[in-house]
Amino acid sequence: MPESILNGLFFYVLAVVILGGAIMTITRRNAVHSAIWLVVTLMGVAGLYLHLNAEFLAAVQILVYIGGIMVLFLFVIMLVNLDEAAKQRQFNRQWSLALICTLVVLVEFGFFLMRGAGSFAFAEPGQGALKPNTELMAVALFQDYLLPFEIASLLLLVAILGAVLMAKKEI
Amino acid sequence: MPEITTAHYVMLSAALFSIGTIGVLTRRNVVIILMSIELILNAVNINLVAFSNQLMNMSGQAFAVFVIVDAAAEAAVGLGIIIALFRNKETVNADEIDLMKW
Amino acid sequence: MPFSFPPSIEPFVLPALYIVILVAVFPLIAGYIVLLERKVMADIQVRLGPMRVGPHGLLQPIADAVKLLIKEDIIPAKADRMVFWLAPVISVVTALVALSLVPFSKYFFVADTNVGLLFLLSITSVGILGIILGGWSSNSHYPLLGALRSTAQLVSYEVALGFALIGGLMVAGTLSMQQMVHAQLEQQMWFIFYQPVAFVIYFIAALAETNRTPFDMPEAESEIVAGYHTEYSGFRFALYFLAEYANMVVVSSIAVTLFLGGWLRPFPNVRLLDFLNYAPILAMFVLAFFVFLGASRERRPIDKMGLAGLGAVCALIGLLFLVPAVLDWVQGLFWFVLKVFLVLYTFIWIRFTVPRYRYDQLMRIGWRWLIPLAMANVIVTAIVMILF
Repeated sequence: MPESILNGLFFYVLAVVILGGAIMTITRRNAVHSAIWLVVTLMGVAGLYLHLNAEFLAAVQILVYIGGIMVLFLFVIMLVNLDEAAKQRQFNRQWSLALICTLVVLVEFGFFLMRGAGSFAFAEPGQGALKPNTELMAVALFQDYLLPFEIASLLLLVAILGAVLMAKKEI
Repeated sequence: MPEITTAHYVMLSAALFSIGTIGVLTRRNVVIILMSIELILNAVNINLVAFSNQLMNMSGQAFAVFVIVDAAAEAAVGLGIIIALFRNKETVNADEIDLMKW
Repeated sequence: MPFSFPPSIEPFVLPALYIVILVAVFPLIAGYIVLLERKVMADIQVRLGPMRVGPHGLLQPIADAVKLLIKEDIIPAKADRMVFWLAPVISVVTALVALSLVPFSKYFFVADTNVGLLFLLSITSVGILGIILGGWSSNSHYPLLGALRSTAQLVSYEVALGFALIGGLMVAGTLSMQQMVHAQLEQQMWFIFYQPVAFVIYFIAALAETNRTPFDMPEAESEIVAGYHTEYSGFRFALYFLAEYANMVVVSSIAVTLFLGGWLRPFPNVRLLDFLNYAPILAMFVLAFFVFLGASRERRPIDKMGLAGLGAVCALIGLLFLVPAVLDWVQGLFWFVLKVFLVLYTFIWIRFTVPRYRYDQLMRIGWRWLIPLAMANVIVTAIVMILF
C-alpha cells in the first residue's frame, strides 16, 4: 500500500526535522542560530498538523509562531547585545542533575506508553467528521468555547500592556 | 513499515517535551530558555491535535489555538522582561540574576 | 485520452506542471515588471528610459540578469556566512511558495485549500525572517538598522492588512481563493463595492508590506544606504530583488482575487457584454498591430526584424486563441493578469508621485489610522450583515 508507506515516510521525516531542530535549538551558542533552528522545528510541527488534517492550525502555527513570535524573538536578540553571552559558559552548573531528572521523566513517559499503546489508534477514516476544518474550528471557538476565547483575548491584552510597560525606559 | 498511530505522535511529543525541559533546566541564556519553553508548548500541541484526530473531536484543536495564544502572550511578556533585565543588569544569564536570592 | 497516469499520482501531475511553469517563467516576468517600472518612471519624468538593449530596451531585463549573475560574489569578512547565505533563500522561497496559492484562472492554479488566504498570509509573514536575518548576518550598521525598521514596519502593517482582509472575507464567507471568486460570481458584485474602505486600507498596507514608496523606509537611500541588503551583491541581491517583485505580484493578486473579481471578466452575468469574452484575441491582434507599427519606424534592420518577429508571434498567439477550447482556458488568465498589472501600475504610479514618509509618520499612520479604521470597518460590516 503506497498510501500508508507515504504516510509513515512523512511522519518520520517530520519527526527527524522536529527533533533535530529542537536539539540544535538548545545546543547552539549563538541565540540567532537557536532561533533559526527553532523556526525549522516549528515548521516541522506545522507539517505534522497538516498531516493530522488540521490545516487551519497549521496556517495559524506558521502565522503566529514564525511570523509573529519568532520575529519578536529575533527583534529582541538584536536589541539585546548577546555577543558577550555567546562567549561565556553556556550551561549552568546543575546540568548533569537536570539531565538525569529529564531522563527519568522520559523513561516514565515510555513506561506509560508501553502499557497503554494498545488504546492508541486513529478513528476510521471516511467518517469525514473533521471536514471542513475551518468551519468546524469556527464553531468550536465561537460557540463551544466562547468564554475561554474571550478570556484568552483578555490575556493577550494584559500581555501587551505588560510587555509595553516592561520594555519602556521610564514609566 | 508499521501503521502510524496516535502512539507515535505521543512518543514524538514526549521526546520534544524532554528536549525542551533539558533546554530550560540547563541553559544559562534567558532567550534560549524562553525558546525551550516554546518547544514544550509545541509538544503539548502535537498531543492535543493528535488526540483531536483520534477522537474525531474539534476540542483538541481549539485548545491548541489557546495554547498558541498563551505562547504569544508568554513570549511578549518574557521578552519584555529580558529587555528590562538587560537594561538594568547588563546580563542575559539566568544564574547571574540573583538579587532576590539569599 | 490515449495516455493517463496511474490514479495514485494523477492529482499531482497538473499542479507539478504548473509549479515548474511558475518557477521557470516568474523570474522573467519579474524582470519585465522591472522594465515596466523603469519605462513608467521614464514616462512620468518625461524621458525615454532604457532604449539601448534591443528595440525600445525590450531585452534590458535579460542584460540586467546576466550582469547580476556574473558579478563577483562578495561575502563580508565578519558576516555570519551560513545565515548570510540562508537569508535571501528564505525570502525568495517564501515569495515563490506564496504564488502557488494564487488562482490565476479557473483552471490554472497549483493548490486551492480550505485555508487558502490564511496560508498565503502566513507564508508571506515568513518572508520577514529573510529580511531580518539578512540585515543581522551582514554584521554592519546600516543593514541592521534597515532590518529593524523593516521588521517593525512589516509587523505593524500586517495587523491593518489582516483586519482589512477580514472585512472582505466576511462578505465572501470563505478562505479558499477559488471560492472567493465564485462568491463574487454568485453575488454578482465585485467585493470592492461592498468593502471600499477595506480595499483602500488593504492597498495602503500592501504598499507598506512590499516596502514600496511612500513606505520604503527600510531602503531609504538618503538615510541608510540600501537598508537590509546593503552588503548583498550579485546573485544574492538578485534573489532579494526577485522576492520583492514576487511579493508585489502576490499582494496585488490577493487584492484582485478578493476585491476585484479575480479571473472573472467585467460584468460576467450580463449577456449583452458577452463579446468581452473575445477580448484576449482582440488584445493580441492590437498588440501585434502596434508592434508592427513600431517595427516600421525602427532604423536598424536587426531591430526591425526583431520587432517584426515579435509582432508575428503576437498575431500567431491571437490566431491560436480563435480555437474555442484555448480561448476558454486563456479567458480567466487574461483578465486576471490584466487586473494584476493594473494594480501593479498603480503601485508604480504612486512610487513616482508621493514622497517618502518619515519613520514616525509611518508608524502613526499605521497604528492611529489604519488599524482603528480597519477594526471599525469589520464591526460595521458585521452589524450590517446581521441587520440585513
